[in-house]
Amino acid sequence: MMQPQRTLHEFHGGLQLEDHKSTSTSRPIEEAPVPAQLVLPLLQHIGNPARPIVSVGDTVLKGQMVAEADGRVSVPVHASSSGTVVAIEPRDVPHASGLKAMCIVIETDGEDREIETNTVADFTSLSPDEVRERVLSAGIVGLGGAGFPSYIKLNPQTFAVDTLILNAAECEPYITCDDMLMRERAAEVIAGARIMQYALHAKTCVIGIEDNKIDAYAALQQALADSDDIELVRVPSRYPAGGEKQMIYTLTGKQVPSHTRPLEIGIICHNVGTAAAVYDAIMHGEPLLSRTVTLTGSGIPQPRNLQVRIGTPIEDLLSLCHSNTGDIDRLMIGGPMMGFDLQATAAPVTKVCNCVLAIHTRDHLPPQATMPCIRCGECANVCPAQLLPQQLYWHARAQEFDHIQDHHLFDCIECGCCDVVCPSHIPLVQFFRFAKTTIWQQERDKHKSDRARGRHEFKLERLEREKQEKRERHNRKKAALKKDTDKQGDDPKKAAILAAMKRVQEKKTTATPHPKNVDHLTPEQQQQIDEVDKRRAEHKAAEKEETDKPS
Amino acid sequence: MLTAVITLLIIAAVFGLVLGFAAVRFKVESDPVVDKIDALLPQTQCGQCTFPGCRPYAEAIANGEAEINQCPPGGEVTIQALADLLGRDPLPLNPEHGEVKPEKTVVIIDEELCIGCTLCIQACPVDAILGAAKQMHTVIADECTGCDLCIPPCPVDCIYIVPVKASVANWKWPSPVVDDEQTAEAAS
Repeated sequence: MMQPQRTLHEFHGGLQLEDHKSTSTSRPIEEAPVPAQLVLPLLQHIGNPARPIVSVGDTVLKGQMVAEADGRVSVPVHASSSGTVVAIEPRDVPHASGLKAMCIVIETDGEDREIETNTVADFTSLSPDEVRERVLSAGIVGLGGAGFPSYIKLNPQTFAVDTLILNAAECEPYITCDDMLMRERAAEVIAGARIMQYALHAKTCVIGIEDNKIDAYAALQQALADSDDIELVRVPSRYPAGGEKQMIYTLTGKQVPSHTRPLEIGIICHNVGTAAAVYDAIMHGEPLLSRTVTLTGSGIPQPRNLQVRIGTPIEDLLSLCHSNTGDIDRLMIGGPMMGFDLQATAAPVTKVCNCVLAIHTRDHLPPQATMPCIRCGECANVCPAQLLPQQLYWHARAQEFDHIQDHHLFDCIECGCCDVVCPSHIPLVQFFRFAKTTIWQQERDKHKSDRARGRHEFKLERLEREKQEKRERHNRKKAALKKDTDKQGDDPKKAAILAAMKRVQEKKTTATPHPKNVDHLTPEQQQQIDEVDKRRAEHKAAEKEETDKPS
Repeated sequence: MLTAVITLLIIAAVFGLVLGFAAVRFKVESDPVVDKIDALLPQTQCGQCTFPGCRPYAEAIANGEAEINQCPPGGEVTIQALADLLGRDPLPLNPEHGEVKPEKTVVIIDEELCIGCTLCIQACPVDAILGAAKQMHTVIADECTGCDLCIPPCPVDCIYIVPVKASVANWKWPSPVVDDEQTAEAAS
């Protein structure tokens, strides 16, 4: 296999970081045991949370869908082992906010009974649409960390895809899950890449791997020994070489314009872990039930990579690695550069959780005092997105959110390079995250107020319409009455009163008072009644005489 | 002399026709300034500004009948935005019209107590309360603007104000606390 050498391009900025990777690559990937309870967050991806389709008390099998996709940007969630649904409630989730979010909680039965899956011998027997459909129903999202639904990124839409890039850089220190995955499952990664290439109609497929992953490179090379359809390229190890735009630039020399997706310039980038998941989903019909997670850092006595069922509480993994939570100073999800602090160890491993990083208390770094910005420009030198972090910082601090967007805040990939080099120890990325989320919040508020305006206007319109209708009804009635009176040639009210009086008079004259309960009488009773009537008549006659007398 | 007069008259007539046509063809239905002001207001329709809704308040501002500091739900952000739009000086919020709420709120109806009188439904400016006569009412939380207009009419006081729950979806990163002036002084 001999391929023309690809010319690599050097992206702007970046840092040479100590990688700390060898500590967790000495052992093979181990299967983590199925936990007693699986906690499956409904939102493990970018987009809308999935909608539960099971209820409390239901028995579920491994691989069974427990929540369906809600909308286009959403993916389903599956039970990663068999058991009973015991709760659907807010639980701790791995999120920077430390807030709880809706989760489906499954008490496992230990039997791990599987739902039936349909295997496919040859993926070309499926149409690209069927491939995407299966990737969606397998609940696959980008496993590199962003968590964007993969089926969308397997759809070329109206664009012609030139290059499919498989991102195997894994540039962040400490994280080794992709490295280990490639060492152990190189053939499956390659097979997954071929399925992706097929679905995308991509002309070429390139795997970009950092040159510090010697074993993984060798494994991939061996898996590709008999074929030359996929190009394997070593890229220099420099953080953040694995950033999507950085990887694309390194391999192709093309820059993805601001506010556009790589697809628009004919490039699609997927993570190697995603490729392996796609392979499992298409060839074996298995949904995304587990992922490789790196447990590393000085707070973990035996750093390693684990194949973990989605929904396994992180505290279970820590105890599996004989880690004492009391010794841990700082627990992070993701790497040291882009990760966030985990607030509750009960939070589960999600689809996007690639690394659990624990720092021992003996390595505790006291927070460094922040000094004013001296405008040294170091941050701009290292910024891989070629932004001006100091300028962004000023605007974020002054909360000038329109000016900050003039400086392309949303091109910031939050890689943290500027934080590292800042001599004043300014938490720049924190400022950028604050600014980004505040702008999103304002957009949400704007959207909400627009809707409120619409509803208010509708209400006013409705009230006006009701008033109009009432008036019309009234007018109609009036007109109808007028017509009646025109016929009678009299005042309608008087006529109505007269008619009523006439009815009463008629009733008075025609109706003879007929006492009730006088049917079926015995002769004695009849006699008694007759006597009473007689007496009454006499009495009446006497009374009449008396009243007549004085007059 | 005569040619000059005629030429000028012709030119005047042509421009008159053009302007007359433009006035009809490009007629602006509503006052664009009112629309712009209305877009900046929070649309709670709460009436705290003393006008019956956000749009009447926007019209009053445009006509110079109201100050820009009468909207408590909008707070300082809205005042600043209005000041920028209208080229006026930002004023502090007029306390006569109420105070800025420390957090966003919505209302909920205690469904046990609700007697189904429909008074709150009539009071709600955005139709965010669902119910019918002698039937229990409930608030559509997503549509509630937190104007609290439904509370006074309720005869059984079964409507409560609750803060909007923070969730993963609407959470935002807090602003980092940096006291670099102090550290700079300490260093010097």
